[in-house]
Amino acid sequence: MTERATLPPPTRPDLAVIGAGPAGLAATLAGAARGVHVTLIDSAPQPGGQFYRQPAPGLGARRPRALHHRWRTWERLRTGLDAHLAAGRVTLLSDRHVWCVERNTDPSPAPFTVHALLGPAQDESVAIRADGVLLATGAYEKVLPFPGWTLPGVVTAGGAQALLKGGLVLPGRTAVVAGTGPLLLPVATGLAAAGATVVALVESAAPKDFAQRARVLAAAPDKLAEGAGYAAQLVRHGVPLKLGHTVLEAHGGERLESVTVAALGPDGRPVPGTARRLPCDTLAVGHGLLPHTDLADGLGCRLDGPAVHVDDEQRTDVPGVWAAGEATGVGGAVLSLAEGHIAGRSAAARLRGAVPDPAEWAPADRARTRSRAFFDGLDGVYAPPARWAELVTDETVVCRCEEVTAGAVREAVGSLGAGDLRTVKLLTRAGMGWCQGRMCEAGVAGVAGCAPVPARRLPARPVPLGVLAAQPDRPPPPPPDR
Amino acid sequence: MNPLELARAHPEAPFTVRFDGREIEALPGRTIAAVLWSAGITAWRGTRGEGQPRGVFCGIGVCFDCLVTVNDRPNQRACLTPATPGADIRTQEGTGHDD
Ligand SMILES: Cc1cc2nc3c(=O)[nH]c(=O)nc-3n(C[C@H](O)[C@H](O)[C@H](O)COP(=O)(O)OP(=O)(O)OC[C@H]3O[C@@H](n4cnc5c(N)ncnc54)[C@H](O)[C@@H]3O)c2cc1C
Ligand code: FES
Repeated sequence: MTERATLPPPTRPDLAVIGAGPAGLAATLAGAARGVHVTLIDSAPQPGGQFYRQPAPGLGARRPRALHHRWRTWERLRTGLDAHLAAGRVTLLSDRHVWCVERNTDPSPAPFTVHALLGPAQDESVAIRADGVLLATGAYEKVLPFPGWTLPGVVTAGGAQALLKGGLVLPGRTAVVAGTGPLLLPVATGLAAAGATVVALVESAAPKDFAQRARVLAAAPDKLAEGAGYAAQLVRHGVPLKLGHTVLEAHGGERLESVTVAALGPDGRPVPGTARRLPCDTLAVGHGLLPHTDLADGLGCRLDGPAVHVDDEQRTDVPGVWAAGEATGVGGAVLSLAEGHIAGRSAAARLRGAVPDPAEWAPADRARTRSRAFFDGLDGVYAPPARWAELVTDETVVCRCEEVTAGAVREAVGSLGAGDLRTVKLLTRAGMGWCQGRMCEAGVAGVAGCAPVPARRLPARPVPLGVLAAQPDRPPPPPPDR
Repeated sequence: MNPLELARAHPEAPFTVRFDGREIEALPGRTIAAVLWSAGITAWRGTRGEGQPRGVFCGIGVCFDCLVTVNDRPNQRACLTPATPGADIRTQEGTGHDD
């Protein structure tokens, strides 16, 4: 860190970090401490991302940690951020929704321009110049369709958590938490601790799925302890854990009134005679997370499946663009912190014309390797029921925005002969609405029996036409061919 | 126990907003979605095709199910938009535009 003292302030390169979750914060601290000026941009009113989502200040929470894990890490990040903000090494732009990152063909005055809409009205755009860009945009929840999933009262598991952590409000009084994945555990315990009656945690992974991967799990004793901690809390709050079960249907008229759950057999189909109806006003449901890749895609970065491709230094294949955290693959907050730290250090060195020495981030590298191996192992444990698409009735709406039913998707594949997702989309309008397929892509692909294809969603956020019309001179260049 | 007690919250003075003409109490800092949920309201949009009720789904600004009209501006995401004193919040039907 001796180089920091010798660096005259005017030559500090500018790094734009998009996303102030664990990855973006770790990257910001690492970069700012090593000679770059960081502009940290986030759409939320406060830093923290999904994991460290903070209650609104007006709510005056004296003990927000009651809703969080690893609070000490958050305190460390927050203290570090405040110190860099005070010293002018970091500029924090909250409430800014980035809708496009432009790679300037003429790199003066800077190689990149980040365009962000000022929220919540979103009718004014600001442009931020940067020498390098670090994408730490996180993930959103994947929810597979089932009959009744559009009823008010059905929310994503992460959404329930967001209302609780950010608004200190419960999405209902009696909740079923269902789907698959490690996120269901903190959601169920969080809801129960905050006073909701959690009727059941319904996880489609069966005990044998965990047993088959016992070796992977045993290699991460800290994660096992975390899981055991959640399990103990579930017991304490009297929440029944139904492993190897799934929600067959959500029932209600104007809003959710109950859900039917059933045990899954070895063939992935519900076992006859096991269906039970559970009264509840809330169903918090999720089937894993999907990386936010729109900005990377717009820049022409290579994707690996659903995630942004990065090298050992967390560089994308576009020079000057780094990515870290769940945008590069889902693996939890610890992995996001490690990746962010490495990305921030690499960016700081490279933007100052130096070649970084990976030995300097060896502990973060080890944490990254361990976490990735663990989550690769988990991936096979937490999988939706193999035959989930068979449970989706023809009347079920699969694309929520455009109200396209499973029947219409099946017709497009069957009698109309659509062989891929794009054709299904063109024939049915599935995925063409407001959310641009973010919510329905996996569901439509599953019902259609087609492979999901990464969708191109530009701009990354809906932009009012007035903002686009007011953009000065050049339009953003099209991404290079891949 | 409720979430405010759990986090030992001492909120600033509440204010009122209107939802479809009816007065609702709101705590400062809460989003419109959080205010409506805490008042027991779960739906504030009718879909364009079938007029089906919708409210919050993803909770983080991705799904657009929670669109609502605020002070005559349609298509505001209730899960991202903070409630402000006196805000006039109305159920949104159809596309949210005059068509
Ligand atoms: C809704 C939700 C709730 C979750 N809750 C938990 C939990 O309680 N416990 C747990 O262990 N894990 C939780 N997770 C998993 C969580 O994603 C990770 O563990 C961790 O937060 C990932 O860190 P990250 O830094 O990669 O991304 P995030 O924490 O997701 O941070 C990404 C940040 O980028 C910002 N952003 C994204 N796109 C843009 C844009 N275009 N413009 C401006 N800003 C943008 C977002 O506002 C966000 O603050 C949750 C995930 C989701 C989707
Ligand atoms: S609930 Fe999904 S955008 Fe608001």
